[in-house]
Amino acid sequence: MNVDLMIESLPALLSGLLVTLKLVAAALVLGFVIALPTALARLSRNIGLRGIALGYVFFFRGTPLLVQIFLIYYGFSQFEAVRDSLLWPILREPYWCALIAFALNTGAYTAEVFRGGIQSVPHGQVEAARAIGMAPATVFRRIIWPQALRQALPAYGNEMILLVKASSLASTVTLMDITGVARTLAAETYMPIELFTAAAGIYLALTYAMSWGIVLLERKLTPAGAWQ
Amino acid sequence: MYSLEGFGHLLLQGTFITIQLALASLVLGLIFGLAGAAMKLSRFWPLRLLAGLYTAVLRGVPELVVILFVYFGGVLIVNSVAGLLGYDGYIDVSAFAAGVTALSLTFGAYAAEIFRGAVLAVPKGQIEAARACGMAPSTIGLRILLPQVWRFALPGLGNTFLIILKETALVSIIGLDELMRKTEIAVGYTKKPFTFFLTAAFIYLALTVIVMGVQRWLEARASRGVAGEARA
Repeated sequence: MNVDLMIESLPALLSGLLVTLKLVAAALVLGFVIALPTALARLSRNIGLRGIALGYVFFFRGTPLLVQIFLIYYGFSQFEAVRDSLLWPILREPYWCALIAFALNTGAYTAEVFRGGIQSVPHGQVEAARAIGMAPATVFRRIIWPQALRQALPAYGNEMILLVKASSLASTVTLMDITGVARTLAAETYMPIELFTAAAGIYLALTYAMSWGIVLLERKLTPAGAWQ
Repeated sequence: MYSLEGFGHLLLQGTFITIQLALASLVLGLIFGLAGAAMKLSRFWPLRLLAGLYTAVLRGVPELVVILFVYFGGVLIVNSVAGLLGYDGYIDVSAFAAGVTALSLTFGAYAAEIFRGAVLAVPKGQIEAARACGMAPSTIGLRILLPQVWRFALPGLGNTFLIILKETALVSIIGLDELMRKTEIAVGYTKKPFTFFLTAAFIYLALTVIVMGVQRWLEARASRGVAGEARA
């Protein structure tokens, strides 16, 4: 194995790390924004809302992420209406397409995680809060959500790590994330073993650091002597 | 079924290869998983270390990177090993073989953790009781451990297989003619990316639904005689 090459390509790979981090962070924020209303819609009494949320979650969890990215990046160009629309400058860019696909994908998985968390809050607490006259929004903000988030955190953390790994698909639409840089350099140098090993090492360090961060956060959010 | 401008059969051929790829990875992955779990539960620490490294690396690295490594790196490794053994021809690694290797290694890493958890979930008293009755270790494994490990492991294995099924799409990137690659070919001819990628998405969705059905059936079967589980 050529260690010199691995060290030489480190700066390029780290610039790829920056792209990966940017994509993951943005997708996490957007995914959260999508997931919370979707989880609530899944639990809603309105059958229409429930149906739409279920369809969205089912589609994005049941199909490969690669298909979703290609559907957004290549698919929409099929329609002239899209090509003429104001959205075209966004849907033309691989970066935005990858980001939209990641956000919709992680949003669907996260919605299910949040739904589980919300359902884990004992119903008696909600009834008690209502009985002392809390408004529904206050009940959610003060009683349900803090406990739901704590309960969902381990699974949410797993989903974040899966998203880091999934972000490697950005390289399929020409983006230069960690995998994209490694693929390009591997093709240039004919040294795939070195470059993919180096890329794997960076991903491993990243996922490891994240799982530690999540464990620390879990400890912080568990009050001393609390349940569990 | 409408013919999708004559490309319907192409997608069906691709679907067939996708199914082969997923099933081959499942079978090989179960073997890796069982071996990994046995090593993790071993009394011999180097085996535990090796299995720990295996599961940590394969679960922490993107599957796409594993596939690219196995395909592009695997050719070099296979040929240098063959060279050391005195073979001077060139051995080609097929995209299918690389795909199965990469996906089954990944499936095995997750399955090893699932099997390990399932073995630990069997109450120790049962094994002691079996021993006290004079059962041989192999009988204990076959009659006491295996049926229960299977039942405990099934939900996790099913979910992991669903993930692997969707990840077969990544093998199109190294050129295997499975569903995704066939879809890209159809898109190249027809210039209708939305129609064809959406069709592919629905084929994957159908496969997912079938696997979920089989999973539910197997789980119900495995928990016969167990009160209050997987009866829905």
